[in-house]
Amino acid sequence: MNSTPIRVLVTKIGLDGHDRGSRVVAAYLRDSGMEVIYTPPWQTIENVISLAEQEDVDVIGVSSLATDHLIVPDLMSELKSANLHHVAVVVGGIVPDNEHDMLNKAGVSKIFGPGTSKEEIVKCVTELGTGARKYKIDEGDFF
Amino acid sequence: MRQKQKTYESDTDTQLELPGFELKREKWQESYNAQIGKKNSHIKNRSGIEIQPMYGPLDWNSKQYLDDLGFPGESPYTRGIYSTMHRGRKWSQRQLIGLGTPEDYNKRVRKLLDHGATAISLLPCNSGFRGVDCDEVPFQLLGTCGTVVNTVQHMDSALKGVPIDEISTAMNDPTPFTLLAFVLGTARRRGVPFESITGTSNQSDYISHYVANHMFYRLSQPGSRRVLVDHVAYCRKNVPNWNPVSVVGQHVQQAGATPAETMGFTLSTAIQYAEDCIERGMDPDTILPRFTFFFDISISFFEEIAKFRAGRRIWARIAKERLGAKDPRSWRFKFHGQTSGVDLTAQQPLNNIARVAVQASAGIFSGLQSLHTDSYDEAISCPTEEPARIAVATQNILREEAHLCDVIDPLGGSYYVEKLTNQMEEEILNVMDKIDQAGGMYQAVGDGLVQKMIGKSALAAQEKIEAKAEKIIGVNCYLEENSNVEQPEPYRPDAITMKAHVEKFKSFKSSRDQNKLDEALHSLRESAGDINQNIFEKVVEASSADATHGEIISILREELGFGHPMIIT
Repeated sequence: MNSTPIRVLVTKIGLDGHDRGSRVVAAYLRDSGMEVIYTPPWQTIENVISLAEQEDVDVIGVSSLATDHLIVPDLMSELKSANLHHVAVVVGGIVPDNEHDMLNKAGVSKIFGPGTSKEEIVKCVTELGTGARKYKIDEGDFF
Repeated sequence: MRQKQKTYESDTDTQLELPGFELKREKWQESYNAQIGKKNSHIKNRSGIEIQPMYGPLDWNSKQYLDDLGFPGESPYTRGIYSTMHRGRKWSQRQLIGLGTPEDYNKRVRKLLDHGATAISLLPCNSGFRGVDCDEVPFQLLGTCGTVVNTVQHMDSALKGVPIDEISTAMNDPTPFTLLAFVLGTARRRGVPFESITGTSNQSDYISHYVANHMFYRLSQPGSRRVLVDHVAYCRKNVPNWNPVSVVGQHVQQAGATPAETMGFTLSTAIQYAEDCIERGMDPDTILPRFTFFFDISISFFEEIAKFRAGRRIWARIAKERLGAKDPRSWRFKFHGQTSGVDLTAQQPLNNIARVAVQASAGIFSGLQSLHTDSYDEAISCPTEEPARIAVATQNILREEAHLCDVIDPLGGSYYVEKLTNQMEEEILNVMDKIDQAGGMYQAVGDGLVQKMIGKSALAAQEKIEAKAEKIIGVNCYLEENSNVEQPEPYRPDAITMKAHVEKFKSFKSSRDQNKLDEALHSLRESAGDINQNIFEKVVEASSADATHGEIISILREELGFGHPMIIT
């Protein structure tokens, strides 16, 4: 259905800079044929929103090692305010079990904990990206 | 100048001294080959060295003992840098702590001291690592991963009741070293002379921050270079018992470098810093005795031990032959080890206690000077209280019950360990050659060479895990249903206390002596443009005039520029 590759923004928001995980995942997604937009760490939420808009991404992957996932709910509400409802957000890294609910309720599509396989990440991002595009087209037709 | 390669030869005279040796060896080999089949035919360690099934007298020439090993406390220090090692003095039990407000930190640190910790560390909040104060970042993130310390006053509260003239303090304190400035401000308030302040500026190694985890604040590369040399010069004169340089191998290994690459990058970085100081006119023998190293200890047990023994030997030769140091104290490779966080798993987290015990044992057998053992919940959050206690207890058990300190360098003379030490040395020297050919570490990092090497090794390691060629219990094998039930609740600071801390900080800022502050900040700005002044001295003075961490950094950032990360995927 999609002739152009899925577009994924791989980023880190907040204060931490550990980027081993985001670099490896970005390489995996790129190898699987997706278009990856990669940012340095320490992005503000505003930056991520405007980049997502400019680059017309389907999925945003947020990598978090040291508690930066705590501001992902803020990212979700800013995405909605910016009318980017169709963009799927996944979080990868260290998210303690008791904080999964908070992210799920905020609208995060998937949390990849440590040890998630390459295969699972690629499969899930492909599905979410395809879904995001469909959603965008459907919404576009509707309005 | 290139590092001189040393070659190690196997002992060809063994046959003469041990009649019948060759015959017996061949017989074993035949029997081994017949039974092993194709199973485990090639095993390589993380540094890519092929591991034999058995080692013997042919693998290590004991006639080289005096040259290659010698005795503890004697160059080249392969067996340890002091003659008594852990029999004479136990390693410093230095647990990394950082959480919440200064008062939260103080409670935790005093408890750890009561439990036997002999030295302390301070990890500041990530907001500090971004170069800003607590009133400039998303509130939810404050104190979740480090203590919010922005002023001398905060440091004074964090160290309340801690005798700073007796306890050594290690600060995770990147350029421009505001935390040390806050400690010195605290010393001034308490009437403690600077000479009695001991400890280490962890994270002074700005090069490692450019290549690895991007966790720490960075000025531009030339700006960081200038501030580090100023810092060394200031401490040498005013805080003589402080270690101003800690060269960090931990970051690159955590980011994916192999153990051999890690040691190579770290030693090349140490050469860079020493040469920068020497160029500024400092005598190597007045600075090198205060150089320290900070490493990761992974679970690759023998490889780690060989890494440290080889590193010690190489550094002794570099300090002597390349840097021209004459005082044996300059040749000693003093290091702090931290058990490796990337080896820990969020799955079945209690398993991490076993991993940490193995990693710590490797560190102790390697003859370290100071040790941090990770808490079993470190793959999930900043350590909580009970896991932190177990981590300290692990060190006590290894020392008191397992008696790991009774013998100095107990693995010395093992055919395997000696051969592996020689092989690791060769690998490390190969890495250092590459860096030298690229024009030294400063240049190699500016060109992205080191970052590329680390990225490649990180990807290769991950692919081995994906392919199950490297097994991780609870992650790609021995999986258990509901294995995450034991996950401890992560540490999160109390929001009300934190809110009060931020409000107090805001009102503190408006109550300062503005003229005194402006003057100190102005003179800090001037020093940045004048190579004849010492920037760190002005950081210390500005802190004592109540300047905040964020204010100091914003001025230096304007004057010296910011170190943007180089993106290499």
